[in-house]
Amino acid sequence: MSKFGLITKGIIKENPTFVLVLGMCPTLGTTTSAINGLGMGLATTFVLILSNMVISAIAGLIPGKVRIPCYIVVIAAFVTVLQLVMQAYVPDLYATLGLFIPLIVVNCIVLGRAEAFANKNSIFDSALDGIGIGLGFACSLTVIGFIREILGGLAVFGHKFADADGALAFVLAPGAFLVLGYLMVLFNKLKAKN
Amino acid sequence: MARESNFTNMVVTLFAVCLLASAVVGVVYAVTKDPIAATELAKTNAAIGEVVPEFNNAPADEVMDVDGVKVYPAVMNGEPVGYAVEASSAKGFGGTIKIMVGFATDGTIKGISVLSHSETPGLGAKIDDPAGIRVQFCGKNPDADGFKMIVKKDGGDVDAITASTISSRAFCDAVTNAYNTFKSVAPAAPAVEDVEEVLPATDSLEVK
Repeated sequence: MSKFGLITKGIIKENPTFVLVLGMCPTLGTTTSAINGLGMGLATTFVLILSNMVISAIAGLIPGKVRIPCYIVVIAAFVTVLQLVMQAYVPDLYATLGLFIPLIVVNCIVLGRAEAFANKNSIFDSALDGIGIGLGFACSLTVIGFIREILGGLAVFGHKFADADGALAFVLAPGAFLVLGYLMVLFNKLKAKN
Repeated sequence: MARESNFTNMVVTLFAVCLLASAVVGVVYAVTKDPIAATELAKTNAAIGEVVPEFNNAPADEVMDVDGVKVYPAVMNGEPVGYAVEASSAKGFGGTIKIMVGFATDGTIKGISVLSHSETPGLGAKIDDPAGIRVQFCGKNPDADGFKMIVKKDGGDVDAITASTISSRAFCDAVTNAYNTFKSVAPAAPAVEDVEEVLPATDSLEVK
């Protein structure tokens, strides 16, 4: 596969949210607004790229039976680093996303890519895979958040376009499932056509 | 790919990975510790500045500890002009709500700022809206004006946030806590009753 293909496949063919259906916990939890979805997606991308690279580098040294705990420790270390750095230098973003950052550790996309891709591929390819899957995740979360924000809060990226309350259900959990379900149908339909 | 597993290399690998990971986290913690503390302090100062009348001292350096509640005195040219009380309520829908309430010396509420909460986004999280529920408290003096800091549903004077009665109740509870702490510092006004005691029995509540 070409280097460019490694990036684009994460966005469409192997989109983590709509095709692989991984990482549903942060997907449903953080997409109450477009900006939250985008922030969560980018934070996950950061962790994914770094953990993919490190795991690709050390995979040959790790005995098969203890690989999962080793991967999790690497991922958890990067997430903690990210959390501390965000808290120190971008406190505003941290105030919105802080609650969800530790959740990246248990995001099965990160462990899934380590297991399915990074431990059998080169460091460079693993980094590209991290970028692709991360961007796919960020785009999906932004789209879900965008739609939920419009329907539930009558706002676009935090700017209200009507002075009223939207359908509150879309801000709550049921709305997350509804939007996700319909987008999944739409996405796979379009994908099948091409 | 993966190496053959045996007891020694599994123990050694896990040990090495954990050691390296904790070393990295430790270094980053040490580097970010001061910026994080500075950010927290700036946040506290900003919250104090938002809620009390103009002052020219450094409230964060003169903090008083009243039964575990932090009280920041605001002083203008040596004259006390108000107090900022950092109060909380554990009755929130998603956990503890922490707020900063500013009082003038006579007990009038000057401003409220939400420090942290974990209420539902889009619903209870509206307690953090600067034009939201807090506006109802500003300029009111709970004793002198007979302003009851309880939601209307429970017989008080506060309009609850739509579909977020629990968050609104917790917000009122936190302001009440702040007011009671304020009074123990500036003991001019008598204590208001606790919210619990003035709640009507559940079966007498009107169903709408």
